[in-house]
Amino acid sequence: MNELAIKDLLYKLADDQLILGHRNSEWTGFGPILEEDIAFSSMAQDKIGHSLAFYTLLQELGEADPDTVAFTRNANQFHNSQLVELPNGEYDFSLIRHFLYDNAEIIRFEMLSQSSYEPIAKVATKLKGEVKYHVLHANTWIKNLGTSTEEAILRLQASLNEAIPYALGMFEPSQYEQELIEAGVYAGEEAVKVEWLKRIQAVIEKTDLKLPDLNTIEPKFGGRHGEHTEHLQPLLDEMAEVFKIDPTAEW
Amino acid sequence: MELTKENILTLLEEVKDPEIPVLSLVDLGVITGVDISEEGHVTVNMTPTFAGCPAMDYMKKDVERILEKHGITNHTVTMTFDKPWDSNKLTEKGRQHLKEFGLAPPPKYDLILDLDILEHVKCPYCDSENTDLRTPFGPTLCRSMHYCNDCRQMFEQFKPL
Repeated sequence: MNELAIKDLLYKLADDQLILGHRNSEWTGFGPILEEDIAFSSMAQDKIGHSLAFYTLLQELGEADPDTVAFTRNANQFHNSQLVELPNGEYDFSLIRHFLYDNAEIIRFEMLSQSSYEPIAKVATKLKGEVKYHVLHANTWIKNLGTSTEEAILRLQASLNEAIPYALGMFEPSQYEQELIEAGVYAGEEAVKVEWLKRIQAVIEKTDLKLPDLNTIEPKFGGRHGEHTEHLQPLLDEMAEVFKIDPTAEW
Repeated sequence: MELTKENILTLLEEVKDPEIPVLSLVDLGVITGVDISEEGHVTVNMTPTFAGCPAMDYMKKDVERILEKHGITNHTVTMTFDKPWDSNKLTEKGRQHLKEFGLAPPPKYDLILDLDILEHVKCPYCDSENTDLRTPFGPTLCRSMHYCNDCRQMFEQFKPL
């Protein structure tokens, strides 16, 4: 198997989780209610732990150690989708993003747990159980708030409309797509997207929200090969601020 | 002490989860393998409960410390996902200790975990099942928060995974 293809896959998995983990952590101390503050903080910790598991696999393939990889690259070296780097906005936007992202993430892990590349299969088998809680959290709140007050529904609908082109950007195929599918490493972005659509529709149908017509939407691609919004570099600068004071410090 | 797998596991009973000090790592189910080579090299494999658990590194160091305390300097302690942890790996003794500590033990499940089981977790104080899930996230990654409608107390559960 082409090692570059495996590395490309690992980088996109890891970077998505590191960046969304960081965004989630920005809710610590600011959640609208205590339980949500704790939920986003816990998911932040989980996601950063998940990114570490994938960066560790990259290190085993000869890449730099996880801290160096996480803290010393510039935005154009990151493979995350643009969806995860967008600012948190208000709670409704963070919730919609969390819903759209985690419903895709769990499918990736379910499929990767069957991967012919054993190191990824083992990690994915473990992580899919943890992400179940993230999906439960997202789906519960979307169902509760998506059937509540007019303001809640309007806000969630506006955030859904805003996030959806970026959510479709998560499924940007990689240059190694066909190779990974043929080798049984990964079922591929199109397969994830088809299943994702089914699952988010099943939740949205139980609410007063409407999924925009996806055929009329241009996906926001680019993140998977280093093209990012203006929001990623400031996030990285902040995330690495302490690390860069003394990169050799032991913690 | 003779170097055997059983003896090493007995030593490791001394290492507790730093956030749940009644629970040994053996009862927690995170020790996934002990191997002793013919030359006497001891390998201990561990696996994290939750991948982002900040206590895992601490536990790994504790395992090394306990081995050395008992004169076993020729050792390797490795963190691996080879046999991933799930909450069914908690021992019966571990479950009992959790309950006494005031943490509801995770229910055992068959193969596929359906999170609906979080809705009516048995209260560790009064054993009532008339309880509600308040939030699947708690003070540590491995805990969810619940409310008992009978004894009217908040309680935490060690999450099924």
